[in-house]
Amino acid sequence: MIYEASTLAVIVFFAFVGLTLGISFYLGRKAKSSQGYFAAHGQIPWFVNGVAFAGDYLSAASFLGICGMIAFRGYDGFLYSIGFLAGWIVALFIVAEPMKRLGKFTFADALDAKFNSRGIKVAAGISTLAVSVFYLIPQMVGAGVLVTPLLGFPHWAGVLLVGITVITIVVTAGMVSTTWVQFLKGSLLVIFAAVLTIMILNRGFEVTEGGADGHAFGSLGPMTAADIEQEAAKAGYTLVQPEGSWEDQPFIHLKNNETGRVSVWSKWTGSAEGSSEQSSATVTLLEAQTLTKTPDGKRLVNGQPQGKKRGEPDLHPVGHISKLPDGQQKTGPLGPATFFSTLQDSEVVLWEKTKKPVEEADGSTTTVFYQKPTPGSQVLRPGEDPRFRGVRSDKLVDKFNFLSLMLALFCGTASLPHILIRYYTVKDTAAARKSTIVGIASIGFFYVLTLYLGLGAMTSGSMDLTNSNMAAPLLARSMGEWLFAIISAIAFTTVLGTVSGLILASAGAVAHDLLGSGLGMKLSDHEEVRVAKIASVVVGAIAIALGILFEGFNVGYLVGWAFSVAASANLPALVMILFWKGVTRQGVIAAIVVGMISSLGWILLSGDTYTKVYGLPASDSLVPFSQPGIVTIPLGFATLIVVSLMTRKSTTQQA
Amino acid sequence: MVKRNAAIGMVLFIVYLVLYGGFVFLNAFSAETMESTPLWGINLAVLYGFGLIIAAFILALLYGALCRGSDDAADTNDALSGNEEGQS
Repeated sequence: MIYEASTLAVIVFFAFVGLTLGISFYLGRKAKSSQGYFAAHGQIPWFVNGVAFAGDYLSAASFLGICGMIAFRGYDGFLYSIGFLAGWIVALFIVAEPMKRLGKFTFADALDAKFNSRGIKVAAGISTLAVSVFYLIPQMVGAGVLVTPLLGFPHWAGVLLVGITVITIVVTAGMVSTTWVQFLKGSLLVIFAAVLTIMILNRGFEVTEGGADGHAFGSLGPMTAADIEQEAAKAGYTLVQPEGSWEDQPFIHLKNNETGRVSVWSKWTGSAEGSSEQSSATVTLLEAQTLTKTPDGKRLVNGQPQGKKRGEPDLHPVGHISKLPDGQQKTGPLGPATFFSTLQDSEVVLWEKTKKPVEEADGSTTTVFYQKPTPGSQVLRPGEDPRFRGVRSDKLVDKFNFLSLMLALFCGTASLPHILIRYYTVKDTAAARKSTIVGIASIGFFYVLTLYLGLGAMTSGSMDLTNSNMAAPLLARSMGEWLFAIISAIAFTTVLGTVSGLILASAGAVAHDLLGSGLGMKLSDHEEVRVAKIASVVVGAIAIALGILFEGFNVGYLVGWAFSVAASANLPALVMILFWKGVTRQGVIAAIVVGMISSLGWILLSGDTYTKVYGLPASDSLVPFSQPGIVTIPLGFATLIVVSLMTRKSTTQQA
Repeated sequence: MVKRNAAIGMVLFIVYLVLYGGFVFLNAFSAETMESTPLWGINLAVLYGFGLIIAAFILALLYGALCRGSDDAADTNDALSGNEEGQS
């Protein structure tokens, strides 16, 4: 879609970002020692640290990815919310207090407290780097997503802007300012998400024929298939025979007799996919939308050159309700419960797109977006998203993708380096515990809101068909320019905060674990901070590059992968050290290395990566499902146990 | 104190694990059950999902109330053995 900057949004946005940077500089002056740089002197109050957890955790993925997934597919995106929160239970009950007791600055410190081994430090340092970089990708993509509609910049400019701002924050400031900035953003994000939810409930649902730009999507029928030509003629259209590769497509081409313009329509048989009441006797023609890319780089929307300003030809925004219960036209304000019960009995128009663009003889490719009217009861059930459709399958292996993801989300939180380092910013284990509880409360509340936000976006008539990550900001814009500016600015600074936390964790891993302990370089306190700052710049640059590369991905999905890697590489070592006395140094190193390599390898060989990154068919992929967790997490545990038992035996034999 | 807190944490963790496991397995192996609408016209998927989030919060509060004190008032970065000094 076309995005044009609004002056108000730009002013609010820069005021907000400026304020954030100001706080950073002000607080950063105090953090000169490594204790201050990495762990804020351990003096952050627990409540502030708790909300900062929320600021760290409610990243671009939560806000943009989950809302977008719910807005386009319904309930399935909420599964991420549930899994993300469940992970905190592991963090609180199992990991929080021991982590605080064992470590100093980094996750590797905690693992290594018992063994004092260089190998563990290096392995844990590398896995921290790998997880952080993986987690950075969706954050950077999210940043680009936010800047596009707000400032009218292209995606790469947004990513670059975030990258540079964050590097500035991290290099000048360290953990003190990062924490306070996160506190500010965490609280604002939760508050404004609540405001937005109240506005959604107040607006209620309304039956419309199209999106917010006032375009009513055409509909012909229902009729029998034989009558299509006749009925189209009555409505002022002429049936056009499809040519070339369009012949194999299920679409109908109609020429408007007045304008002479040809439009693409899909055949709707009146019942949802997989439903038992398939009635193919009658069809309804529904107007579709097309996006064509020509070989010389031009973009055509619905057959016309895409414009640059509002009002010029563009893809119509979508997301409308086609039926409400009892034939109502408008519900008026709804309660938190009636919101769901009303939607349950309504019908929402969702959109599908062609799996592969239609290739035409002149080399241009066309993606068709077509309507899929969906009963509310299906919108609110799990398993509508193609990636989760396996739960409706009879085959066991199809269900593994879902099970695997839910396991990875559950285990992943407690293994994320940027969350773990937050346990070192408070004074003692009691404070670590309390701040986790505050974190759970604010994060849990926010996740309840994501379902309202996502479904509100779905029915707001302002969704961009080409980018699901844009759902939440566009929803806010449908409520008013002010709210849009504020929400975008908060979301953007939240990205800044999460990214700075991640870069800080990586920098700590490089300076403290890899160089300091691993290579045995004797770094003075001051030098360690300087090395960390240089590392921040390098990691930041890598993140910028990856953020530009991965533009088209749903950020929530990318985060799911980061969780898988974190859980596979870090969790087995962390948990076993806490609960099993037989752990050996070699066991820990082997578990980290095997967990990390197997999960990364699995992801790179998965069907999702094949289709979306390499452009190869998913059926060629070497692994049976895309989410690695269910295999690689147990593999990490097994490796640790086996290697520990083997190496323990050998030492006793020698002795 | 360390052992006591860890034990409480373990029990509450298992409680949540059962709730979460129930949700995941119900979704995976009986997706139709999630479509039923037991209360207020809201389906089980939404109810159970919200329930899990609220349960996490309640368990967290419970843990906070049951655990006592801090076991490392002093700086004990290298205390792995879980020695119970510094009880309060």
